[in-house]
Amino acid sequence: MRYAGKKMISMLVTLLVVSFLVFLAFAVIPGDPAVAKLGIQATPERLAALREQMGLNRPFMERYITWVLDVCRGDFGISYSYGTPVSDIVLEKIPITLCLTGMSFLMMAALAIPLGIYTAKHEGGRPDRIILMVNQIFMAVPPFFAGILITYLFGLLFHWFQPGAFVSYEVSMGKFLHYLIFPSLAIAIPKAAMTVKLLRSALLEELKKDYVRTAYSKGNHKNAVLYRHVLKNAMIPVITFLAMTLTDIVAGSVIMEQVFSIPGLGRILITSISNRDYPVVEAIIILLAAIVVVVNLLSDLLCRGIDPRIGRSE
Amino acid sequence: MKKRINGILLVSVLLTLTIALSACSGDKAGEPSNGSTAQSETAGSETTDESSITIGIPQDLEESLDPHKAVAAGTKEILFNIYEGLVKPDSDGNMVPAVASEYTMEDEGKTYVFTLRDGILFHDGTAVTVEDIRYSIERCADTSGEGTLLVSAFSNIESVEIVDEKTVSIHLVEADTDFLSELTVAIIPQSNADPDKTAIGTGPYRHVSRSIQDNIVLTRYEDYWGDKANIRDITLKIVADGDMIVTNLKSGSIDMFCRLTTDQARELEGNGFDVYEGTMNLVQALYLNNDFEPFKDVRVRQALCYAINPQEILELGFEGKGTVIGSSMFPAFGKYYLEELASSYPTDTKKAKALLKEAGYEDGFSFSITVPSNYQPHVDTAQIIVEQLKSINVKATINLVEWETWVSEAYIGRQFESTVVGVDASTLTARALLERFTSANDKNFINFNSSDYDQAFAQAVAATDDAQKTAYYQECERILSKEAANVYIQDMASLVALNSKYGGYQFYPLYVQDFAALYVK
Repeated sequence: MRYAGKKMISMLVTLLVVSFLVFLAFAVIPGDPAVAKLGIQATPERLAALREQMGLNRPFMERYITWVLDVCRGDFGISYSYGTPVSDIVLEKIPITLCLTGMSFLMMAALAIPLGIYTAKHEGGRPDRIILMVNQIFMAVPPFFAGILITYLFGLLFHWFQPGAFVSYEVSMGKFLHYLIFPSLAIAIPKAAMTVKLLRSALLEELKKDYVRTAYSKGNHKNAVLYRHVLKNAMIPVITFLAMTLTDIVAGSVIMEQVFSIPGLGRILITSISNRDYPVVEAIIILLAAIVVVVNLLSDLLCRGIDPRIGRSE
Repeated sequence: MKKRINGILLVSVLLTLTIALSACSGDKAGEPSNGSTAQSETAGSETTDESSITIGIPQDLEESLDPHKAVAAGTKEILFNIYEGLVKPDSDGNMVPAVASEYTMEDEGKTYVFTLRDGILFHDGTAVTVEDIRYSIERCADTSGEGTLLVSAFSNIESVEIVDEKTVSIHLVEADTDFLSELTVAIIPQSNADPDKTAIGTGPYRHVSRSIQDNIVLTRYEDYWGDKANIRDITLKIVADGDMIVTNLKSGSIDMFCRLTTDQARELEGNGFDVYEGTMNLVQALYLNNDFEPFKDVRVRQALCYAINPQEILELGFEGKGTVIGSSMFPAFGKYYLEELASSYPTDTKKAKALLKEAGYEDGFSFSITVPSNYQPHVDTAQIIVEQLKSINVKATINLVEWETWVSEAYIGRQFESTVVGVDASTLTARALLERFTSANDKNFINFNSSDYDQAFAQAVAATDDAQKTAYYQECERILSKEAANVYIQDMASLVALNSKYGGYQFYPLYVQDFAALYVK
């Protein structure tokens, strides 16, 4: 429990630091949200009025502290470019991005874990060698390119989906999930390839250990040894890796949302950065940072559950 | 025991993963994607007409649907379908009555009298009244002095007078015979409490819904006063990634996209798409900061004009599409446009070098071209200019900046040496293009300063006779050309791809999109 408490505090500090850095970044880079909004219609009077309205005239630290206090009360402010509360925008879009990342992660795990176990079990066999080779190729594919490839293949060639015809979950859940399969696949494949490789080598490493020999000598069947003893030990590096991958997927979804025209958080983030819509950018980055931190925390806890020795020396 | 529990846990996690995944693919089998456009069905219409079209747009609309607050060209061109002014432009560039059924100009342009159209209704079903007209005009003119002046030309409005319940008079401070074209400003109901979110106008389409960064849905306004729109439902879909435009058109998820590159147009033409070619109605030029040292000298500016070959730019960068221009005016403006100015500076490096020598730059000089990085056509033009200027020993370097930086530094701050952009006209008057070059104008970002020009412009504004007025504006254009205020390049071609199932795309001399004219073949 003390461990979880400690982690929570470090989590909050991380988020505070991230939010400050984002604030600072926008203070340093050139660009004025008021100019971004008014464009060539900006006259000095209109600019001054808008800056006042956006609260940009106040000193940097004052703005930051007000922002932090507001966020503590659950108020993320009003978006400059959409005029609606930031929390509304984020809440509307977050299911899209979460579904996309969730689906990619599930696909990745569903592909990688059985394949990893299979290849380790049949090390050196023909299927193992073929899978490893295919793996190598998929690992080298950048996600962006995978996205274009899948669009072309499944979209324009096989007509399994219509590139660009994204439907919001509010309109049709079925069409929404159907559309997301393809970007998810584009994200999942390269990651799955890496996970297969990692799981395979972790398993092979474990299989060489003394306790495996002991387990066999006790008369255990091969599958029993593999699933009851080896897999669990081999899972620890894999879980840590999967946690890292999950955060990677969250970042990767930003790119996939562009390629597949999905109006999720990533798209909002990119347009908000170019519009200098700070409240939205802050909220989304904090959210993404929070996801990363929480996932890491969970993977730590999970590893401790599997192997209680971890962290005992503390 | 604990180990076993963990084992069970692991297996059950794996199991849920597989189930969840198969559930996803189940949806895929259950809902085959058909070729139709994806959009919410608007039920409850009596007509059996369910025609619809999905149009791709490069960016989302602005925060507000309030037509008076819109500043982005991409927002205004769409709001054109929802709102109307007292008058509105047609595709030939004429002003036609809209909310007003007729108008007269009195006192040589000092007073404009409008008659409210009989029976015209707002989208919410309420009748348009003269009070709404006064409210809309005064809202933009800031006659109360409490808000901000939303339309700069409206500073000339002295008062808006309600004569009777059918008639409104607008009195100006100073006579202006061009003022009618400013009155395209949207008429909105005074009763609308939240014009930012609820769009109520009188146009051929009404707003149904919007989803941020996703789409905007419009539907035909069945009680429209004029010819009703042909297509019932319009979905505007945001395609943020330029590389996906062609893919999305080919897949059928969008049916139309405007302002394509020549490459994109070539790939689509004939493959189920019709490509319409019009003009962008922009003055693309190498705009020169006339206060920057070498450009203070007219001979240097002229030398650049002789060295830069617009025709070659069109051929190298735009597959020959576009119209070479020679002053701040484009062909769509009809009578004001002077075609002969396009050939004022035939490419002649010898002459250019001689002029530079006279000006004391025999060994050339160097300067930077600031270009907003999000407009590829301007970047392309700038790159060709850099190459062309090498022939006269002038070394130009390109400085790519974000649009927003361009606005604040180059346009408002005037901190630039030269820039390649396209300047458009906000209204259908020569004034909209030419006023910015008068020496005291706050939009004169190139710091052009010519007393002849100021005088010709003032005479043009003051003239009440149309032929005389046109002649003075043409004089302004000639001065810009003679003084080589900028190196004028072209009015770019505007390429629109429309799925062959549809027809009726119309180009306007202004930056608007008219969806009402589209039809299903």
